[in-house]
Formats: sequence, C-alpha cells, structure tokens
Amino acid sequence: MAVPGDLKYTKSHEWVRVDGDVATIGITDHAQSELGDVVFVDLPTPGRMLSAGDSFGTVESVKTVSDLYSPVGGEVTEVNETLGARPEQVNEAPYEGGWLVRVRMADDGELGGLMDANAYESTLEG
Amino acid sequence: MITKTQEPLIFEKSVSGRIGCNLPVADTPEVDLSEAVGPVRKEVVWPEIGELDMLRHFTNLSRINYGIEVGFYPLGSCTMKYNPKINERTAGLSGFTNTHPMQPEATAKGFLEVYASCMDILRELTGFDEITMQPVAGAHGEMTCLMIIKAYHESHGEGEKRKYVLCPDSAHGTNPASAARCGYDVKTIPTGADGNTDIAALKAMLNDEVAAFMVTNPSTLGLFEPNISEICRLVHEVGGQVFCDGANMNAMVGTTRPGDHGFDCMHLNLHKTFSTPHGGGGPGCGAIGLKSHLEPFIPGPAIKRGEDGEPYLDRNRPLSVGRVSGFFGQSLMAVRALTYLLAYGKQGMSAISRYSVLNANYVKARLKGVLPAAHDRPCMHECVLTAKEYKKLGVRALDLSKRLIDYGFHPPTNYFPLIVPEAFMIEPTETETKETLDKFCDALIAICEEARSEPDKLHDAPFTAIVGRLDEAAAVKNLDVRWTPASTADVAG
Repeated sequence: MAVPGDLKYTKSHEWVRVDGDVATIGITDHAQSELGDVVFVDLPTPGRMLSAGDSFGTVESVKTVSDLYSPVGGEVTEVNETLGARPEQVNEAPYEGGWLVRVRMADDGELGGLMDANAYESTLEG
Repeated sequence: MITKTQEPLIFEKSVSGRIGCNLPVADTPEVDLSEAVGPVRKEVVWPEIGELDMLRHFTNLSRINYGIEVGFYPLGSCTMKYNPKINERTAGLSGFTNTHPMQPEATAKGFLEVYASCMDILRELTGFDEITMQPVAGAHGEMTCLMIIKAYHESHGEGEKRKYVLCPDSAHGTNPASAARCGYDVKTIPTGADGNTDIAALKAMLNDEVAAFMVTNPSTLGLFEPNISEICRLVHEVGGQVFCDGANMNAMVGTTRPGDHGFDCMHLNLHKTFSTPHGGGGPGCGAIGLKSHLEPFIPGPAIKRGEDGEPYLDRNRPLSVGRVSGFFGQSLMAVRALTYLLAYGKQGMSAISRYSVLNANYVKARLKGVLPAAHDRPCMHECVLTAKEYKKLGVRALDLSKRLIDYGFHPPTNYFPLIVPEAFMIEPTETETKETLDKFCDALIAICEEARSEPDKLHDAPFTAIVGRLDEAAAVKNLDVRWTPASTADVAG
C-alpha cells in the first residue's frame, strides 16, 4: 500500500496535503483498497464551515457507504467535481486525481494532531 | 444434466400478432379508453407470445434461479431456512384467501383468532407483554419500535430532550437508518476486542439525552452478549429504552427470551425465524414485541383478546403512533407462522435454536484451518470468519465466495459486519443436514487450496454460471433495468 511521506494522516484513513493555509484532503490507498470499487462520492458545497472531525461527505463503494471525516477545521473552498462523472479516480489515484476537498484551515495547529507516514503505516500492520 | 443458457427477455421473444389465449367477443358496447380514463400511453409495449413459449420462458427462468429448494443457502444474517410446504397449504385455504380486510369484524373471527393465537405464542417465546404484527418488514418493525419509543418519551415531556440513539459499530445499517428516520442523531458504540459491547464506552455516552440503545443480540458477529442485562440496566438508569434487533432470534427460540434480558421492545422477522417466505422480498412481517409500558403507543387497530378470550379489534387507541401499514400487515404471514409454530409445538421449539447453533459451530470448527473465526469463542446461529490471510495472495473474500457458485452453493454474506476484515459470514440454519454442511465445508477447503495454488483463477470465478463475474461498479454507476426495443419495427401495433 502506498503511503506518501509528504502527507499527514488520520486514524480514519484520510490524508492531508498542506499548501500554505489550504489543506487538500483525500482517502488513503489502504482505504480505497478496503472499500473496493468506488461508485459514488457525496461532497459538501464550497463555503461550508467544518470543524476537525466533522463528517463532510460519504464515499460509496460496491461494498459499503462510509463517512468522510475532516482532519482539520476551516472553510471548504473547492471540491473535486470530476468525481461526479469518474468516482473510480479514488481507486485509481487516491493521492492525485482522487482528491476530495480543499479546506482553508482556520488553525494549522490542528495538523500537529495528525500522524506522519510512518505512524500511519504502523497502524495498518497486523 | 441441465444445460444452463441465457434466457432472452420475454419482450425479445415477442412476435407481432401472436396470442396466448382467445378472449370471448365483447358483448358490451366498445368504449374509447382515452375518453373513459383520460390520456393513454401509446408507447407501452406488451409481449405477444403463445402460451407454450410463455410457459417455457418462465420454466427456463426458474431453472437458472437459485433458492433454498435448489441448494444450500448459507447467507449470514438472513436465516435462509426451509419454509415447510404445510405453511402454503394452510395459507391457501379459501377461508383465509377469500377474507376481505373491510368485511365486518364479526364475520372474520377465525382470522382474528389466527392472529391472536400467533401473538400469544410469540409473546410467550419472547417474554414481552404485547405483540403487533402490522409492520411488513424487519426494518419497518425497527422503525415502528423507534416511533413508539419516541411517543413514550414525548408522553413524559422528554421528547425534546432525548435526541440521541446509540448503536454498536457492528449494527445492521437499518438500525441507524431507522433512528435517523425518526429524527434522532445516531452515536456509535465501539465493540471490544472480545466481540462484546464496550461497556466503558457505553457508560461514557449514556446521559439523559439518550432516547434508546439499539442492539442486536446475538450480535452480528454471531456472539451472545453476556452483559446484556447489565447493559439494559445502565440504559434504564438514565431513562433510555433498549431495543433488541431480532434479526438473530433464531439462536434464542425456545431457549432464552429477550423480554427476560431487560429489553423494552424488539422486532421479529417472521420471514426469517418463523419460516414465512423470504426470498423475492417476502412479503415480510416485522412483528414487534413490547413491554406493557409501551403498549398504549402501538399501531391501531390493535388485535386484543376480551375477558372471554375472544379476539376483537381495539380501535380506541388515543396514544397510538397510528397505522404503519394498510389494514393488518401481511395477513397470510400470520397463518404461515402459526402453522409453523404449532407444527413444532412447545416441546420442539428449542430444537430450532439448539440445532441452528450446533450447525454454525460445526461449520466454524470444520473451517478453522482455512478460514479462522474473527473471535475464537463459541458462536451462536452463525459464524463470522475472516479471509484476511488470503489478501496477501491477492485473493479477497469475494473471490472465494464467487468460486462457491461453481461448486453449487450460494455464497455466504461478505464484508459484513464492517468491523471484521474480509468477513465471511455463514449462517447454516437448523434445517441443513450434516451431509450438506460437510459438502459445503469440503468445497470451501478446496477453494482455499486453489487460492494458494492458483490465486489468479479465482478472480474470474464463477465459470459455470450463465454469467461470469459481474462488474458490480458498472452495474451501480450505469444502472439500466429498462428494456428498450432495438428498433421501432420491434414495437407491435
């Protein structure tokens, strides 16, 4: 399972890529592999305010529907509109074309509570 | 040997002008349909086919169908037991089939007696004070219980305050859905490493804002919750109600009673536990049982017994949550369930739970070497195994299941409960013989061997079914269940 070293991770299998005060959020390679083929992604409307830990949408696969939890708080500035027509990008490229939302962080101190790649990888063992 | 082939749609067999039967010449004046009933859809296409070809069509469809009367159907959480034929015989009696729900009550006392007798036995089996058979599905029964719980809290002036419903993380998805449908916010209680409810986590979430705890017992992990009475006590302490999801009642019939465990209400699936038809959507019956403090709120009209023992319809229900289905639910399910209950009799009833638990533990023990249990302790009526060992070979639980089709078995439930990785959930039911269970286990052991020797092969299974591996993602994304004529030439008339 790919776990890129430059990202931050949650226990609930979301990743965060930080660029200035904007956090791009997606689900990990492990998460997409566990979910199986993704058939639908329900994302919030830009402008919505989130707190860290809030459910911001759902991802539906042939197996199950799972909530998506925001690793950080802030305003949703952008959502990945291309997933409407091609939700399979979440499976094919979870860290690139399969990104979900971008959030303008209210407090980047919250990033400190997230895991780095090594810590996340160790949660996947066993 | 039956050669299975794809059967065309009946529309594809249609030839303009063919008829299946000759209708008598109309002896009443012809009426223009659009004048009589308004606009008539012109594009509707009906198949035109002779009687023999029609008969062959449906017979061929039935030959490629798979059901409990074709083979073993170990679909976990579904209790696919045999539905005895005697049920159909009684349900087909003209006294039942020719009863109309709007005929005068005094002329339907026999049917009311069937309901009342069935409810008497269900009351005794579950340990509840009251039964209603109006809900027509399991989830419908759950929702009705939640509606009743809500009405109960409202009657105490606590409707606004109690806004949460707690569900374990192993719950059937219908539990949080029923709670949400009734306007509650759902909080999830984690399951401990031993497979039981995490009592410390439950305690931490209990307060006077909790309306109810919904719990399946035995849990969806196929495990009996040993702390159930303590859980009920803790929820009651903060004024909450405890609902038992009766999906797994088959493990308890005649052996132990949820009403005695401390629950306030539960639902039963007559179409699972009490052998009314299940496949094809039923019609189901999600009867519910309740303790007396919830009785004022049950759907009306309620079927009651008078002081003389005669059943009657109680329509004076000022606190009722109202009807939850038309008339009295699926009435012939009461006939079938009562037939089943009387056929087993009081003495035979515990054999249902004892043999269903024995069969599940037998399968679990036989498969231990290839598919270990998610929790290594005696299971109830179903066992939840994990295929996670095969993941590193590139073989998933779904691949093993699909291959079972080639061996002539219906696959078990996969990927549920969600908390078990690569879950493989097997519920044999009590109606299967040791020989059948052995054949099934032999097949699964052979498939697990294939997973080690030829892992790639399993990705394309099944090979012998009329269709191979389906693209489930495409089926969900591009759902197309409507037949459209290839060209206008196909449209008759």
